[in-house]
Amino acid sequence: MTERGRNIFLLAPAGAWFLVMLVIPLAVVLIFSFGERGPAGGYVPAFTLEQYANLPARWAAFKNTLILAPAGTLASLLIAYPLAYYLAVRADARWKTVLLVLVIVPFWTSILIRSYAWIFLLGGRGIPALLAMIGIEDVRLINTPFAVLIGIVYGYLPLMVFPIFVNLDRLDKRLLEASSDLGASPWRTFLQVTLPMSLPGIATGCLLVFILLMGEFLIPAILGGGKVFFVGNALVDLFLQSRNWAFGSAVAATLVVLMLGSVTAYMRLIRRLGAQREDVALM
Amino acid sequence: MRIYAAFVYLFLYIPIGVIALFSFNAGRHASQLQGFSVQWYGKALKNPFVMDALQTSLTVALVSATCASVFGTMAAVALQGMKGPVRVGFDLLIYVAVMIPGIVIGIATLIGLVTLFDQLNPALAAIWPGGAPPQLSMGYGSLIAAHTLFTMALVIIIIRARLAGMDRALAEASSDLYATPMGTFRQVTLPLIFPAVLAGFLLSFTFSFDDFIIAFFVAGSETTLPIYVFSSIRRGVTPEINAIGTMVLAASLVLLITSQVLLRTGRRRG
Repeated sequence: MTERGRNIFLLAPAGAWFLVMLVIPLAVVLIFSFGERGPAGGYVPAFTLEQYANLPARWAAFKNTLILAPAGTLASLLIAYPLAYYLAVRADARWKTVLLVLVIVPFWTSILIRSYAWIFLLGGRGIPALLAMIGIEDVRLINTPFAVLIGIVYGYLPLMVFPIFVNLDRLDKRLLEASSDLGASPWRTFLQVTLPMSLPGIATGCLLVFILLMGEFLIPAILGGGKVFFVGNALVDLFLQSRNWAFGSAVAATLVVLMLGSVTAYMRLIRRLGAQREDVALM
Repeated sequence: MRIYAAFVYLFLYIPIGVIALFSFNAGRHASQLQGFSVQWYGKALKNPFVMDALQTSLTVALVSATCASVFGTMAAVALQGMKGPVRVGFDLLIYVAVMIPGIVIGIATLIGLVTLFDQLNPALAAIWPGGAPPQLSMGYGSLIAAHTLFTMALVIIIIRARLAGMDRALAEASSDLYATPMGTFRQVTLPLIFPAVLAGFLLSFTFSFDDFIIAFFVAGSETTLPIYVFSSIRRGVTPEINAIGTMVLAASLVLLITSQVLLRTGRRRG
């Protein structure tokens, strides 16, 4: 067999899979988004921009997503950074790996079960009951944006910690020593040396979390109780309940465009920030 | 700093711990502990709906992880050292498969396959020689195909990282010593990347087993374990769900630790 023949044989199954399960379905979504809704749901071929004109009907879902996805990313960053810093710079070298694995492991377990755990904790007999014992009555946590935010941070924290850790861990610790030898206070060393040098890790972590949050369905469905809903929840409703495939496809296509658009804008911003320093490369 | 880290670990593990703790609760009430019991595990394991969903999930995870590791490894080996439009095309497809939100993959698969089946079913009926023609519909096939797509992209990324870290001189030496390309692959490359292949298999299995959002769209009339759990959660917190959740978490933990150990030993040997 020639090398060319060998490569064709090796790539054929994966290529066919990508074509049938990814390229064609995504093309169908795009085509359907310009179609019309059938009388009994489903889809009727057409070429109209009606579905896109109708997008404001789901404005609330887009608004929630565009507020809570960045907010959730920021909250995860604020909680993850000190932990990543501790693990990379301060923690005992013998325990480093174990401690890191302990952060990563939950991410690979069922997000469904982990979000479910918070129904338990935030529900009436969980934390609110504990608060009532110390005299703070009538606290409602479940089915609020706050509950969704907690679920987000809980679910995606590992994804934020990991890239920042890797970045800080590789950082040459002699730079920090040099900074303090030259008389900088620890705080100044952090702001002028550590933080700028860890920008690529922050950028990667934020990107990963943000991408996943844009398509989130489970956390708002479980902890938002139908009151806090994302585009993902609107999509489930449109495809599985009201079977409005044409409009649903337009919402899905818009979500993907919004996601790619914000990711591109974000990458540009990071590149501009990084361009001032040659040693800061993205990812 | 230390205290802060301790708090974050508590934040990460208390919810899981609470679920596990209450799964051993003797009482029906979710709020107070009433002694130790494994009765909910027994109840869950005797529930025919749970066992049915578990069987579906295991079958789908096993078949899709197998397809993903075999086809993904094949593609990764071919792509290594390749240049030109094919390489660029595959890189783009892998990137898209990982980047696009799972929910969009689920939707696209649902309407893409339903549309395809609507075209194929009449055609099948027309050419079918006698008897009732088979009806293509959403179910095991679509679940496996959709999970294989995502996990295959994952396997390609893992194996490529492993191949990139491998000493090319070894494969060259093997061919200089007159081994056939197949012989080199079987005796040199495969043993070196095997831990990564196995790790990819286990990660794919875990992903498929835990996936809810893609399955929710493409499962048709089948119910996977996450779908069962999701629909039960809507009816409230029960000790039985706690028991199922604890078992699922424990199973993922075992698979994850195994895959990490494999990736590590692979790296050390390479």
